[in-house]
Amino acid sequence: MSTPPALKDWPLWEVFVRSKQGLEHKHCGSLHASDAEHALQMARDVYTRRQEGVSIWVVPSHLIAASDPEDKDTLFDPASDKIYRHPTFYEIPDEVGHM
Amino acid sequence: MNTLDAQRPAPDAAPPQAPLDYLLHLADNAVVLGQRNAEWCGHAPILEEDLALANQSLDLIGQARLLYQYAAQRLNAEGRTSRPSAWPAGAVTEDTLAYFRGPQDFRNYTLQELPHSPGLVPNAVGERDWGSTIVRNFFYAALMVLVWERLAGSADEQLAAVAAKSLKEVRYHLRHARDWLVRLGDGTGESHARAQAAVNYLLPFTEEFWSPSAVEAQAARNATGVEAATLREAWNAIVDEALAKATLQRPKPVDAYVPQGKSGVHSEHLSYLLADMQSLARAHPGAVW
Amino acid sequence: MYTQAMDTMAKEGKGAPRAVAALSAEDAQRQARFDERIDADGRIEPRDWMPEAYRKTLVRQISQHAHSEIVGMLPEGNWISRAPSLKRKAILLAKVQDEGGHGLYLYSAAETLGTSRAQMLDDLHSGKAKYSSIFNYPTLTWADVGVIGWLVDGAAIMNQVPICRCSYGPYARAMVRVCKEESFHQRQGYEGLMVLMKGTQAQRDMVQDAVNRWWWKCLAMFGPPDADSPNSAQGMRWGIKRFTNDELRQKFVDATVPQARLLGVTLPDPDLKWNEARGHHDYGAIDWSEFWQVVNGHGPCNRERLAARVKAHDDGAWVREAAAAHAAKHTPVEAKAA
Repeated sequence: MSTPPALKDWPLWEVFVRSKQGLEHKHCGSLHASDAEHALQMARDVYTRRQEGVSIWVVPSHLIAASDPEDKDTLFDPASDKIYRHPTFYEIPDEVGHM
Repeated sequence: MNTLDAQRPAPDAAPPQAPLDYLLHLADNAVVLGQRNAEWCGHAPILEEDLALANQSLDLIGQARLLYQYAAQRLNAEGRTSRPSAWPAGAVTEDTLAYFRGPQDFRNYTLQELPHSPGLVPNAVGERDWGSTIVRNFFYAALMVLVWERLAGSADEQLAAVAAKSLKEVRYHLRHARDWLVRLGDGTGESHARAQAAVNYLLPFTEEFWSPSAVEAQAARNATGVEAATLREAWNAIVDEALAKATLQRPKPVDAYVPQGKSGVHSEHLSYLLADMQSLARAHPGAVW
Repeated sequence: MYTQAMDTMAKEGKGAPRAVAALSAEDAQRQARFDERIDADGRIEPRDWMPEAYRKTLVRQISQHAHSEIVGMLPEGNWISRAPSLKRKAILLAKVQDEGGHGLYLYSAAETLGTSRAQMLDDLHSGKAKYSSIFNYPTLTWADVGVIGWLVDGAAIMNQVPICRCSYGPYARAMVRVCKEESFHQRQGYEGLMVLMKGTQAQRDMVQDAVNRWWWKCLAMFGPPDADSPNSAQGMRWGIKRFTNDELRQKFVDATVPQARLLGVTLPDPDLKWNEARGHHDYGAIDWSEFWQVVNGHGPCNRERLAARVKAHDDGAWVREAAAAHAAKHTPVEAKAA
């Protein structure tokens, strides 16, 4: 069964929230939204509905660069800098087939 | 400047109170729309929107509760001995008003009670249409940002407090609905067609916002409420901006029937909505939940 | 809410972790490091190396847990429109909304393992992925809502609290969030029932009837007896599963008996009694054939629950497409997904 395109086209966003008393934004999780404004509104509804006066940041997941895991062993793959190791949610053209 | 200030009574007079029917009009609008929007819970186009609409529903139910509680307080204070026979014995509560009044006593705009697939009689069940939901929410929220803004200066302090809270909420509802209106209108060919159909069908229902109302006039006279007709220009500005952004048109104005929901003359839909909403409470009158 | 993924996988015979081919030297090192961390009760994070079987098992368990939350919105959602007071309407709507939120946190955790929301929903809608069997029963009265809060959420909490310490970081963190909200749900369900039990005879009868219908199904929620759950061992080895099915089930019974007494309801099990020697309550035999009937798709509401989810998704396609189309027209090229 092919993946329905419509949901695939809503990119994944990582959500960071700073609570009223908080000092920094904390990563809460992710959600799918069609654009930044939408992502902010969704983040408010999903991650902050019990809190007021918070600050929300949303970032498209693919734009976040991440450091290597703690074990700085050269046996590990060179830094692919994505935050998630597994590639499934990166766009692969259908013609390339199964990866 | 809030023009309600100009009509304030002298400070030593008894504090003015908004007419009871005005409170019920505001409350009924909120509870009926809250009921409709909650229908999407578990069925929205994407999970994130299940949460968004549930939030809006909760806000609306919350507004209705505050207003019904205030109205109930007032009724109990009046100490009237005769009550409608359907009402359970004892003090009037928010639930008495929400669950034990019939459709002819409800004062909501007809717009609120329409199903999410308007344009059909109740027994010809239609699909839930996201476009209709968004357009209706947009038209109502655009009105209520203006109404709650004015009512935040109401001479009725309790109503002013409800207004201040509701204003924060409805600003968010307006943003949500307006942004979706633009996505649908300026999205795909299909979404554009659906959004336009919803606008064409629902805009005429908004004529009711502006029709003369004795209750609104009474509220305006003692500076506790506002005649919605005075907000028409501002509402048109909000609506036209959004429609333009959404690449949608207003349908040509036609001399048509203007709904009278706010006077208790509703569409066929309200009695079904209330039959569902009230059935369990009415099956156990006087029970506590 | 609860997932039965670990146990039902065994019976289905599909997707059970297969024996891995001999590891390369590099992978053997990675496996050793991974095992060390698990043994030290450490956390595995999205960028860490992990055995493929571990990853697959987690994707399956987390996604099915998420599906359970989403499908779980339907039986309780059935009473939102008819809630008998505005306060109860608001409470129930907030609860169902929370469940949707839990689904979201869990889908989000699963996506860190390389699956996508679209793929997970595909699997649910095609029948390939499961969700907790408990949601395939109908909610016939208002009291069912309270009983679900008390018993079903209660059972879910028993299962979920230990997962807050599971080895996979995003799953553990999602569960911490979920557990905070879930205990609020259980309290409200129980409190709602207390009000009914102090009410009219009709209300009290409604509660007892709901308990009679739900009790045994809640016991079965914890999954098959340990003797019939071979995959539990692997789950426990990986730090995904912390207690066995029978252990959790026993804890649940012991916790619930006094609650039922306080409420004034009878749990419908003539064999339920305190066993002084064991220090636990004995309870009667569960009908496992009924459980498997439901897990295999043939319960009272399986078809309707799934059809509702499929319909919502299919009917919503034009909406999702519209939003994507709009974003494509108005978003600068650089910001689009790589």
